[in-house]
Amino acid sequence: MFPGPVIVASDLRKTYGDSAAVDGISFEVAPGEAFGLLGPNGAGKSTTMRMLGAVSQRTGGDLRILGLDPDRSGPEIRAQLGVVPQSDNLDRELKVRDNLIVYGRYFGMSRKELGPRADALLEFAQLTDRAKARVDQLSGGMKRRLTIARALINDPRILLLDEPTTGLDPQARHVLWDRLFRLKEQGTTLVLTTHHMDEAEQLCDRLVVVDKGVIMAEGPPAELISRYSSREVLEVRFGSDNNAAVAARLGSIGERSEVLPDRVLIYTANGERELAAILAAGFAPITSLVRRSSLEDVFLRLTGRSLVE
Amino acid sequence: MTAVRGGRVEARAARRARRYGTWYATEYRLRLMRAYGGTILAGTLANPLIYIFALGVGLATLVEQKTGPLSAGGHGYLAFVAPALLGIAALTVAMEESTYAVMAGFKWDQTFFAMNAAPLSPAQVASGNVVIVILRLLVGCSVYQVLLFAFGAVPSPWGWLTVLVAVLCGTAVAACLVAFSSSLEGEDSPLALVMRFVITPMMLFSGTFFPLANLPVFLQPIGWVSPLWHATELGRVLNYGAVEPAWLSVLHVAYLLALTAVGWLLAIRVTTSRLSR
Repeated sequence: MFPGPVIVASDLRKTYGDSAAVDGISFEVAPGEAFGLLGPNGAGKSTTMRMLGAVSQRTGGDLRILGLDPDRSGPEIRAQLGVVPQSDNLDRELKVRDNLIVYGRYFGMSRKELGPRADALLEFAQLTDRAKARVDQLSGGMKRRLTIARALINDPRILLLDEPTTGLDPQARHVLWDRLFRLKEQGTTLVLTTHHMDEAEQLCDRLVVVDKGVIMAEGPPAELISRYSSREVLEVRFGSDNNAAVAARLGSIGERSEVLPDRVLIYTANGERELAAILAAGFAPITSLVRRSSLEDVFLRLTGRSLVE
Repeated sequence: MTAVRGGRVEARAARRARRYGTWYATEYRLRLMRAYGGTILAGTLANPLIYIFALGVGLATLVEQKTGPLSAGGHGYLAFVAPALLGIAALTVAMEESTYAVMAGFKWDQTFFAMNAAPLSPAQVASGNVVIVILRLLVGCSVYQVLLFAFGAVPSPWGWLTVLVAVLCGTAVAACLVAFSSSLEGEDSPLALVMRFVITPMMLFSGTFFPLANLPVFLQPIGWVSPLWHATELGRVLNYGAVEPAWLSVLHVAYLLALTAVGWLLAIRVTTSRLSR
């Protein structure tokens, strides 16, 4: 195991012209940890990942990957990383297994050692029966698994995953999560970006919420939920025209409430109790739902509900 | 479950990538080439034969009714155009390997980004894109020269050096094209323009099929800046002893080397800025 944190970023910055994509973020990642970067589109997640991947140079601050400075030791760092980019950049001209072999060559591995390694990785990615297929013939989930298998060809210490399951159907996502879990069990450090909150809750030991290039919050998923949200959320609908008016009259029910165009959210430790209170006060919601608070509530509270495009 | 963790390879990986990275990038392009190997082989053999027949047999009978520079000091029109044909073939190879293939790596498949995510540096990716053309040029131009020799178009023993001149010419153009293709982030239409308005005129107006002096004076500078003109003129000195001042021959080589260096450095620069954004 690597002594101390495998990634140390302090006041990390990246600017393009006048605009700051990453505006002074600091975090550490321990060996074997699964660390998540959460944020809306344009928050600076991918830029951060490219700096962690030792391909994009930082504009300011300090960064150490496995104790090395990416500005000077790019190849030495990248030799120990596996990178799964946001969009699969597989070789469509080559067959599935050849994709692994070709990639292994960039790490100076001989064809002799690459053969068994590629076969083991195909099995891990559940692609053994597709070894001779062309990449174009694979489904989205299979391509993703192949990209992950390719990233593992050098037995990396850190696996960087940029939105690993975006665009996949639920079945494919669950297969992928299972594979990532296994890697984590084997001690591979995972760093991933996502805007699927369930993915972050499933996979991450710890995460940071990033918005507009800065860190809004940091901690384990459960801790962030308890810090930034209530235990439960009561969702009630009174009809689009009435929600705001009724919410104003609900007064002090719950710890905090939020009026959305289609419903009213009431943050509380006990949703059923608050619902009973609303009914007792004579209000008649069209529908009501009590649920556990999720990371999504935290995310929306910290990064806002307005659409960034 | 299957163990996916093998032995640690990273120290060796980084060392090898620093040392042989350019070759690994070249090897990747070679592997892709296998997919269209048949096309390359057919082109390498058929193209020269078509040109040799059309020019050496067809056009030559017409041209050789007059004496003059076109008769290559009595060796015939085919000996006059042979260095030009070799240069044109080199340009064609440069065009095939340094345009859409390079754009694909940046834009359509983004495989160059994947190589850079591995230990390879942007400079090695760029150099791989140039070296692959050199390899294809060495093979293609040698085959061409053998065929020209078979048709009696290489009278001087020095003529074999024309292969190297053509390879240098193709490399110079390829390096510039790699730099240009690497810089294209939008559509590929600028490439079509370059082929139509730079490469094709260069093939016709570089003193290839007729001497540059036959052109109006105001068109002659096209030849002077054209790498193909420099390669063809030098090739004629080697192929059948065409007479030119020694300083001009030195200038030909210097120009081709300089263009190669500038193009190659530009390719590295563009690739680096694109990959490490």
